[in-house]
Amino acid sequence: MTSEKVAKIGMFTALAMIFGYIETLIPLNFGVPGMKLGLSNIVTVTALYVMGAGPALAVTVLRIFLVSMTFGNMAALMYSLAGGLLSFLGMALLKKAKGFSVVGVSILGGALHNTGQLAVAMAVVENIRLASYLPILLIGGTATGFLIGLASARIILRLRKAEHA
Amino acid sequence: MKKKDVILAACILAIALGGLLFMKTRDHQKGSALNVMVDGELYASYSLDEDRTIRLSLDGGENTFRIENGSVRMLSADCPDQYCVEHAAISADHETIVCLPHRLVLEIRGGEEKDVDA
Ligand SMILES: [Zn+2]
Repeated sequence: MTSEKVAKIGMFTALAMIFGYIETLIPLNFGVPGMKLGLSNIVTVTALYVMGAGPALAVTVLRIFLVSMTFGNMAALMYSLAGGLLSFLGMALLKKAKGFSVVGVSILGGALHNTGQLAVAMAVVENIRLASYLPILLIGGTATGFLIGLASARIILRLRKAEHA
Repeated sequence: MKKKDVILAACILAIALGGLLFMKTRDHQKGSALNVMVDGELYASYSLDEDRTIRLSLDGGENTFRIENGSVRMLSADCPDQYCVEHAAISADHETIVCLPHRLVLEIRGGEEKDVDA
């Protein structure tokens, strides 16, 4: 791994932490467990396109551990990890498939993020009934994924332009 | 945005709408009892016919909820996320209010459908 790559991973992780922090400041409560704005996903999506799957995974895992340890707790870590990894896996696979843009990849990521968090919530309270939250979480994840995809697409375009300049 | 993106989004939304419709068809009847589940185990059960306020002191923390006119609402809780307090009141069979940090689930159960005249 080159030092340039390490530096980039560090920079992306720092950015993701800032987004994660901003999100804790936004008093937006959807009233559904597991539902979040997922601002840090902008960084994961961007890292996936700019640096590839390996470094993007490193950024995602680092960000989740650091944000949970700084602003959250162990329970928060479990939800974030389940949501973050499931979402990352889906996005990395969809990016490899032909015919999807950043927005499509991000939409799947948003939907899977919420699904992963709900799955952990169901395991924690040992209640399968929580599945009734899934439709709302899927709709919410699609909407936030769409917006985050649009934002990420712009950032990716700028970064690529900057690299070639 | 490409064509496949739109198809993907449509598929996810179709699953979500299907789930919502499915729940609409089976969760419309009024409940008759409230089950309090802690860590997946039945902790207590209350009739919805009787209005009362109940304060629970659990390992995770405190939750106070009220049963009134057949519906249940979380009045207060000392959990960090407060999702349970902001949740709308529940009254129909199978509806739940979850307090994830306290591993607490309030769940409405059963209408009186078994009351069949022979
Ligand atoms: Zn709560």
